[in-house]
Amino acid sequence: MKAPAAFLGLLSSGSMDLIVATDRGLYSAAGDFHIDPWRPVARAVITHGHSDHARFGSAVYVCHRDTAPILRKRLGEVAIETAAYGEILTRDGVELSLHPAGHVLGSAQVRVAHRGEVWVASGDYKLENDGVSAAFEPQRCHAFITESTFGLPIYRWRPQAEIMASIDAWWRENAAAGRASVLYAYALGKAQRVLAHVDAAIGPIVCHGAIEGFNAIARAAGVALPPTRMAGEIGTKAEFGRALILAQPSAAASPWLKRFGDYSDALASGWMQVRGNRRRRSLDRGFVLSDHADWPGLLAAIEATGAERIFATHGSVGPLTRYLREQGLDAQALATAYGEEDEAAEGGPPPESSA
Amino acid sequence: MRAFAELYQRLDSATSTRAKQAALIDTFAAARDDPSQWASAAWMVYFLAGGKPRQTAPTRLLWRLGVEGSGLPEWLCEECYSSVGDLAETLALLLPEGVAGEEISLDVWMRERLLPLPSLDEEERYERLRRWVEELPVNQRLIFFKLITGELRVGVSRLQVVKALAEVAGVEESRMAQRMIGYAQARRSLGAGDFEALIAEVAHAEALALDAGRPYPFYLAQSWQRPVADMHATLGPPGDWIAEWKFDGIRAQLLKRRENWRLWSRGEELISDAYPDLEPLARALPADVAIDGELVVMTPPPDASPDSLDGLQPFASLQQRLGRKVVSEKTMRELPVAFIAYDLLEHEDRDIRAEPQHVRRAKLESLTDQAFEAAKAHGRGLPLRVSPMIVAETWKALAAVRDEARALGREGLILKAREGAYGVGRRKGDDRTDVWWKWKLDPMSVDAVLIYAQRGSGRRSGVYSDYTFAVWSADEDAAERELVPFAKAYSGLSDAEMREMDAIIRKTTVETFGPVRSVKPTQVFELGFEGIALSKRHRSGVAVRFPRMLRWRRDKPVAEADTLEALRALLPASRDR
Repeated sequence: MKAPAAFLGLLSSGSMDLIVATDRGLYSAAGDFHIDPWRPVARAVITHGHSDHARFGSAVYVCHRDTAPILRKRLGEVAIETAAYGEILTRDGVELSLHPAGHVLGSAQVRVAHRGEVWVASGDYKLENDGVSAAFEPQRCHAFITESTFGLPIYRWRPQAEIMASIDAWWRENAAAGRASVLYAYALGKAQRVLAHVDAAIGPIVCHGAIEGFNAIARAAGVALPPTRMAGEIGTKAEFGRALILAQPSAAASPWLKRFGDYSDALASGWMQVRGNRRRRSLDRGFVLSDHADWPGLLAAIEATGAERIFATHGSVGPLTRYLREQGLDAQALATAYGEEDEAAEGGPPPESSA
Repeated sequence: MRAFAELYQRLDSATSTRAKQAALIDTFAAARDDPSQWASAAWMVYFLAGGKPRQTAPTRLLWRLGVEGSGLPEWLCEECYSSVGDLAETLALLLPEGVAGEEISLDVWMRERLLPLPSLDEEERYERLRRWVEELPVNQRLIFFKLITGELRVGVSRLQVVKALAEVAGVEESRMAQRMIGYAQARRSLGAGDFEALIAEVAHAEALALDAGRPYPFYLAQSWQRPVADMHATLGPPGDWIAEWKFDGIRAQLLKRRENWRLWSRGEELISDAYPDLEPLARALPADVAIDGELVVMTPPPDASPDSLDGLQPFASLQQRLGRKVVSEKTMRELPVAFIAYDLLEHEDRDIRAEPQHVRRAKLESLTDQAFEAAKAHGRGLPLRVSPMIVAETWKALAAVRDEARALGREGLILKAREGAYGVGRRKGDDRTDVWWKWKLDPMSVDAVLIYAQRGSGRRSGVYSDYTFAVWSADEDAAERELVPFAKAYSGLSDAEMREMDAIIRKTTVETFGPVRSVKPTQVFELGFEGIALSKRHRSGVAVRFPRMLRWRRDKPVAEADTLEALRALLPASRDR
């Protein structure tokens, strides 16, 4: 397939650019593949299985092997080529490899090298090791395409252990009062991360069906998760009263919740850092737990790449690129259609249209 | 300050009124049992009840602390503020974590640290703030900044604070409400004695000491929003009710105790000094009375009777007197105020709030008649009226009277149960017959186009939720026309709609000027408002009162939104002044 003629023209003009933004998604002309395209293409390299990054209709998908079952679950039987982290796929002199991004199970940064020039597209990432996904590994490169979901300095995460302890405390307090604990968490990633670290001795854990499917994939990939049950498998109201109930955010206020009787609800999301976001949702609690890099994380990741050129996608693109430029880096915006699902849209402001 | 920070967190993470009430009661009860906490508790009550001390550090200094303390460029701090929507919270999130020092009580924070700040020079103030923040435990930072900005915003109403204190003190709610009058308005230093006075048992001398100049808590009306057809079934026959106009002035309470008179606004501000025109009225009243009523501007004919509304002026006239501390002779001549009385709360030194409405009303009428007679003997009128009763046989007939309200410049009717007592605050309940109902006209409305958006604050923080609306300068057939802004509104959308609008605004932004975005006109809203008047200050030539979004007209193309002409057609026909 030839490079699409209509480039968006938002990026720098150099002809050496290994990855450019097109109206279908990020594209590498030298390797003739797209990264996380939002329209059907011939060859789609997928950073991770969230639906705004893994879309339907491409002829061939390339992803990490832990992402493959997620793609099959989302897209059905499609042609998938898998790679291990660090494995180099060479075509026409272009090296393509996937490296841990630490975002969710199977998430990867995409590294492209051609004639000595190295570009990395981060996909979504975070720096803290969450114990479920392979921990983020910075890649030295000339140009780094970074996400910027939480690209403002008000976003600084507390250590995971501290957040999990506060989730446990909330659950314990509810259980003591005979009140179910409903925690909204994104079905792929956040839910398994919570499961892997909460104190399962407090009570039974119930997962919404949308989450249970991803739990099965995670367990099959070797992630240790405590036993979970479906709502229908719990017999008595009293048992619900001690339970932690995990549901995707869209289940809030749905009839599915009625069976649990009196419950306290909470959302685990980076957006919960700002009070207004929680109060607008009338939630009892907001746990500031994110699978995206916080402000110090973004800066540290960018620094670690050693890249001279930075492209920011979805999130606080304007502030992040301006800040980086003031620090002497060549930073600019790259327009994408990411961030329409996942945490980027769960309770926080949607991405800037362009900046 | 730990106790206050913990209470704040508990209130903040409680969504039910019951849970908030429990948090307040627990905290107040703990304070009650430990006199060493009284001084701090006095401040807690102050802030929870909406008290705002004079800002001890100007926003400029706080901002400098945020910028220098975080080491970030100022524009980035502004981005953060715009995203968070609250200065105190932005600072708490931006500043690096320090090393927590010893616990300092709220009392010491206020009395010894914050209140003396204004007397220091700027550098010294900055230096102290910087040092204090470094030593603050992280979970006390938000509350610390809120002590300075005064915007607690933790979703607790004054009435809830009153209820919790009443329970902890074991006194009646109405008594506690009276103890609390003016408490949060004080700009003085508080001490243990203030909390002690709140939680004390009711002593014999209290009435004297406490009531010397304080008004009774206002009884508030709630909206009747159901159809006329339901009224009989719910409220009984109209004869069980006293109906009066809902005037478009400001609610006030006129007190006379011995020879001193005072006028209190509904916001519990003492406003007597701004209305010396009422002096003759106060002198004509007997001692020891408290009258609830409406302050209006009125230019009556010389021989007007106590129930005449001749010469009643629109709210726009009163607005020119609001907020003026010094009143000239000329102002009093051109914009004379009058007090329309509608309830009597204290009579002959006795609290009569528990007596039935019609009994209080009869006493009020005889009181005003006497005052009028006395004034007449001296050949004078009085700036006093009794709100006329509106009598009708059926609810339908009453509704017909209500519909005349707009032409008369009034907001609708108020319904008061004949046998009802004068309560405290706003009573909730759909079918209660011991409440005051305000039975307002449906608001006027036009379909307007959203053209600017700004991020909100508080509950709406970080979301583009405050909008400017425009109507067309001419109709669709005109060769040229433009959108003319005429109103700003931020209420009326659900949270989900607000998020959806936020996304639309970001996608349709044309230009950004500071916190404001101009957007491509794509969205039409039905905008309701309570009143409309000519205005020279507005480009549209009109000013509307209480504009709010009634409905998102997703079905309506921008081209079909209303015109300026349609808006002006709602102006009341010019009335006899």
